[in-house]
Amino acid sequence: MNTLTEVGTWLTTAANWSGENGVWHRLVEHLLLTVVCLVLSALIALPVALMLGHLGRGGALAVNLANAGRAVPTFAVLVLLLLTPLGRYGELPTVIALVLFAVPPLLTNAYVGMRTVDQDVVRAARGMGMTGPQLVWRVEVPLALPLVLTGVRIAAVQLVATATLAALVGGGGLGRIITAGFNLASTPQVMAGAVLVAVFALLVEAAFVAGQRLAPARARGGPR
Amino acid sequence: MTAPPDDCLARNDWICGDYLGSRRQILLDAVAEHVQLTVVSVLLGLVIALPLALLARRRRWARGPVLGLTTVLYTIPSLAMFSLLLPLYGLSAALVVAGLALYSLTLLVRNILAGLDGVPAEAKEAARGMGYGPLRQLLAVELPLALPAAMAGLRIATVSAVALTTVGAIVGHGGLGNLIYAGMNSFFKAQVLTASVLCVLIAVAFDLLLLGAERLLTPWRRAGARRRPPRARPADRAEGRLPVATGRRP
Repeated sequence: MNTLTEVGTWLTTAANWSGENGVWHRLVEHLLLTVVCLVLSALIALPVALMLGHLGRGGALAVNLANAGRAVPTFAVLVLLLLTPLGRYGELPTVIALVLFAVPPLLTNAYVGMRTVDQDVVRAARGMGMTGPQLVWRVEVPLALPLVLTGVRIAAVQLVATATLAALVGGGGLGRIITAGFNLASTPQVMAGAVLVAVFALLVEAAFVAGQRLAPARARGGPR
Repeated sequence: MTAPPDDCLARNDWICGDYLGSRRQILLDAVAEHVQLTVVSVLLGLVIALPLALLARRRRWARGPVLGLTTVLYTIPSLAMFSLLLPLYGLSAALVVAGLALYSLTLLVRNILAGLDGVPAEAKEAARGMGYGPLRQLLAVELPLALPAAMAGLRIATVSAVALTTVGAIVGHGGLGNLIYAGMNSFFKAQVLTASVLCVLIAVAFDLLLLGAERLLTPWRRAGARRRPPRARPADRAEGRLPVATGRRP
């Protein structure tokens, strides 16, 4: 109970929210890192996934990439990148690591979404004389949209988590509040940082779930 | 004054045989701690997940809360999860085990439940028709048929736990993660690379081990596979063959 009140005190102290090490600055860093990396990884993963899905090739790669990626510790990749010459360029190693780990869920879900489009619909579209690009943009992508968006949601939540770990290798973001707390041996600060990170992650998840609910009917549903 | 030795340790190479030789005991100890943390936490997760999944299966009202709670737990980043457990466990290995067990349990509950949901109604009716009681039906029919999905969950949970154990370095109990953390602070490239590669090798070894166990435990699936028509039905592909990936938890 005592710890909880100390956490409350930490969170309600104005000084902890302002300045370069303050919560607001760290929150903006975290949000920025997440959004930039989400856009970058979507730009990399989605075209590849949509093309492979349309052509029906590389399925083993697309599906196994996510499983293989699971075995690689994020922390290890962050440290490895930091020790390469890339490590000298500020946030670059963090961005690379984040993008590396956000690509597999985007790729896998978009690919599976494209492949599970009802083949009768695809055949009907071909029979109507649709060209390849027309088939992709008017039939397959709209039907695959729910799974594509699920992939984006998973990637976003995962980016929030990975960005937290980046603090261990000196990156910015809310994780810095936790690591600073450990360095100060301040349990209240560690806890307060953890609460902020957890709430942030849950809010991102909730925002995407709400977004999917509010989206037009065709972007909803499908297997999750 | 003697000249510094010109070996791979002095040059700080990524790959260094001398490192493997001179630090063998440290590496073995770290691997042992890593494996121990992983196994204990996954087993703990399994012991908690099974009754939860059975409860959610038997009692309709429990399903929503159980699945909701696992989703919330799974969304919390690992660093935050370990930090939230700090007042309960302090800087101890128990903290890492508890955190990892919570992640394992979320994956396991969902997969066991999916497996139990996938048991064909005909199989359950046949068991009931043969006079099986609820317990015998569960043990002899439902659990074996749910095993493939449960094992898939166990494999994902174990591989994830191996990777996540490294984050335990923040409280000094991360197995190979400790070596990565120390290597980062001293810019010791060989140590970071060796420990990272060992992590991946441990994960792959566990995955293969569990895959082998799954094959041994489900002989009927191999027998059926040969007779299965070459083209899978669309429903098969949507549910079983192409699993929709859930995120990993860094």
